[in-house]
Amino acid sequence: MTRIHLTAVDYLILGIYFCFVLGIGYFLKRGMKGATAFLSAGRSIPAWVTGLAFLSANLGAQEVIGMSASGAKYGIMTSHFYWLGAIPAMVFLAVFMMPFYYGSKARSVPEYLKLRFDEKTRGLNAITFAVMTIFSSGISLHALARLLETLVGWNYWACILISAFIVLVYIFLGGLTSAIYNEVLQFFMIVLGFSPLVYLALRDIGGWHALVEKLKPVATSQGFAPGTWTHSWTNMAAPADNPMGVSWFGMVAGLGFVLSFGYWCTDFLVVQRAMAANSMGAARRTPLVAAVPKMLFPALVILPGMIAIAMDHQTGGAFLPRLADGTPDYNMTVPALMAHYLPTGLIGIGFTALMASFMSGMAGNVTAFNTVWTYDLYQSYVAPNRSDEHYLWMGRSATVAGILLSIGAAFLASQFNNIMDLLQLVFGFVNAPLFATFLLGMFWTRATGHGAFFGLLGGTVAAAVFHGLSLADGNVVGIKGGWISPMIHLPHSDMVQNFWIAITAWTTCLLLTIAISLVTRPTKSTDQLRGLVYALTPRTVDANEPWYQRPAFLGGAVLLAAVALNLIFM
Amino acid sequence: MPFDLRLPIGLMFGLYGLILVATGLLGGPQLTQVSLGLNMNLWWGLVLLVFALAMLASWKFQGRK
Repeated sequence: MTRIHLTAVDYLILGIYFCFVLGIGYFLKRGMKGATAFLSAGRSIPAWVTGLAFLSANLGAQEVIGMSASGAKYGIMTSHFYWLGAIPAMVFLAVFMMPFYYGSKARSVPEYLKLRFDEKTRGLNAITFAVMTIFSSGISLHALARLLETLVGWNYWACILISAFIVLVYIFLGGLTSAIYNEVLQFFMIVLGFSPLVYLALRDIGGWHALVEKLKPVATSQGFAPGTWTHSWTNMAAPADNPMGVSWFGMVAGLGFVLSFGYWCTDFLVVQRAMAANSMGAARRTPLVAAVPKMLFPALVILPGMIAIAMDHQTGGAFLPRLADGTPDYNMTVPALMAHYLPTGLIGIGFTALMASFMSGMAGNVTAFNTVWTYDLYQSYVAPNRSDEHYLWMGRSATVAGILLSIGAAFLASQFNNIMDLLQLVFGFVNAPLFATFLLGMFWTRATGHGAFFGLLGGTVAAAVFHGLSLADGNVVGIKGGWISPMIHLPHSDMVQNFWIAITAWTTCLLLTIAISLVTRPTKSTDQLRGLVYALTPRTVDANEPWYQRPAFLGGAVLLAAVALNLIFM
Repeated sequence: MPFDLRLPIGLMFGLYGLILVATGLLGGPQLTQVSLGLNMNLWWGLVLLVFALAMLASWKFQGRK
């Protein structure tokens, strides 16, 4: 079992971090005079801050632990989650979608749906999103406490209550601004905390070229071509050629298009950061500022995983702890490296960075939840036309409720592991079709409210049906699929199944929305759609910005860099 | 912006830099054993100090437009 030994210096480092996190909340408290300041940060934040927060809010439980685990398990193919599954969607959001989100004066993503379509589409999106954020936040909390329990032997419930309390205090005091400021702090903590670890591990294994050599036997021992762990595209002709079990088409269409655009372009958790920016230009630059470090993150999270599995193979399985069935416990990749390479002092920084990554994921969910609850559910259906102070009070209450519900969700996760799997599955069904709705809403004036609502429902049902009909080889019928009838057989990979579920849901939603829109009356008049749909919105004038700050130029540069990275590690 | 974020970032990492440098100088040789014989606390502490100073300088000279 991997253990990390913390000394007084390390606790001092952790303590200082908590003081700064809470201090930021304390100093922001004065500015929180109404719901606009609390829930929307008063649209007052510069692009470099919202950009780094945009990135950090997505650093949930999955990123540091999950992506390094994936790096060990699948090698550099994991980079598809970055250079294919994030960057293009972030550029699309900045260049094409942000003008509608920011320009429409909508305060949330569901509210955009209300302005563009109708009340029922907003309601559907707001309710599913609110439930989803609570469970994601609970899962973050649970994963953090489990990890700390294993690593340093702290009490599970003490970890839950202390982390939840800290997140609660700084959001309660400073609202979205506080969450965003702390996310930036967390971003630097993660980058500066993990860099020395990557440096030491890479130096120990003898540099990149030595790593490439040492990963060859790892690949061949599992029956793959020698370069499988160090090439991202070469072994994707057929699903059986790579450990992910995915072909290039499934990867590009499933992850690169449907899942990636669905997440980065429509998830209020990240979009909210861009909407807090101080100008249209800053809002559009937010995802682009985030894209630059996002592109380089594989060096920080995937590379350590690749090094760890090479070490593990070299030492005959002595580097990573083992699960009950004898396979490596990939989730322990980063902790094992930390315990191996970092001395007292640096381990305090690394450990604090690990806690920071979980807390930023949780805070992002809580701030998205309190806004959607207050504006899209409470103000819309319970108590409209109250004062800004009243909604500030509600926003604060929703923060407390959100944290308490997250603790409840963490409790559920600790008791019934399958419930979490089931919920994540259902969220996947709900999320997969969403990007089709936004695409049609923003770029096709004729799309109607009925079309959007029933398209979304239909897409979700299609996702569930596909799941019920498909089963990856080696899985049993049930939560892994096939519960209607396992007609469609997929190679041994849940991942490829998820990609195909997403593709099915998206296509169904697109076709249904188009078909229903054509036979129903337009929901909104041309005048109401001004600023919400591409054809009815004056082109954003960014001529007063210097050329190097314009989204089209920055987006193009970011895309070129992503293409270059794909080619270098092809 | 309510207050400039570069100030707390600079202060926090400045503090961390000092702590790491002190640990590197006073911690004794056994601390360098895990990190391949390098005094990583000292070196990384210096990196953090440089980063913190850059943040504070940027806050001081550009932050108050």
